[in-house]
Amino acid sequence: MFDFIFFVFSFVCIGSALFVAFTPNVVHAALGLASTFATLAGFYVLLGADFLAITQIAIYVGGILVLMLFGIMYTHTIARVSGEQVMMQVGPALLVVILTLFTLVATILSTAWPVKEVAPPAPTADRIGVLLMTDYLLPFEVAAILLLVALVGAVVIAQTPVRKSIEESVD
Amino acid sequence: MVGLPHFLVVSAILFSIGLLIMITRRHGIMMLMGLELILNAANLNLIAFSRYVETGIRGQTFAIFVIILAAAEAAIALAIILSIYTHSAKINLDELTSMKE
Repeated sequence: MFDFIFFVFSFVCIGSALFVAFTPNVVHAALGLASTFATLAGFYVLLGADFLAITQIAIYVGGILVLMLFGIMYTHTIARVSGEQVMMQVGPALLVVILTLFTLVATILSTAWPVKEVAPPAPTADRIGVLLMTDYLLPFEVAAILLLVALVGAVVIAQTPVRKSIEESVD
Repeated sequence: MVGLPHFLVVSAILFSIGLLIMITRRHGIMMLMGLELILNAANLNLIAFSRYVETGIRGQTFAIFVIILAAAEAAIALAIILSIYTHSAKINLDELTSMKE
């Protein structure tokens, strides 16, 4: 059963990622990306990472993807959503990518991974919380400051033209 | 029996597709999507290793930090793309030839 679910998830995940790569429409690509992120959350459940699966749904599908859709809506009029987003140099790119993939897969399959006996899945949220407040306290605080800086920075960068127009109207 | 190599191969395929998107697409937001795919492939690796090799929780904690960085990066990058678009009305990164007007 585990194997069957894994292969279904792999099929959907890789299929929708390929759809993102080859569809000419940016909005369709964003929706394909939502499917990829959701199936990745399914992988995390298979790997016993329940907290990360929920985080993946909440942050990627609910946050980053909505942000990208906002970006698409702001930078396109409805009529221009498909046009111009052509792919460039597909042949050389495919060559590079397939060689990279071949190298990665050959390395993965030829390496003897030190796999241990897997424990049955257990709830992880409390253990992650304890780790964040003990061993990883400094990275945790740095990440908090980074998020604050990113938040303020994004607002400042995106609002410049509005401020300019207000100053002009004041003058 | 599905094990560690299966997850690593799926992650490698996702990474390659992300790389393909970043090379071929010239649309600013599409390149961001390729970047997110690559980050997600790295996350899948971290969690698979934390399940099969380390058998603890540290890999998952590391993956949380990757997600935090991805969120910050997406916000900043989209703000920059919007700012470029309002200044020059261009979304195709190949057409951007100057950093100021």
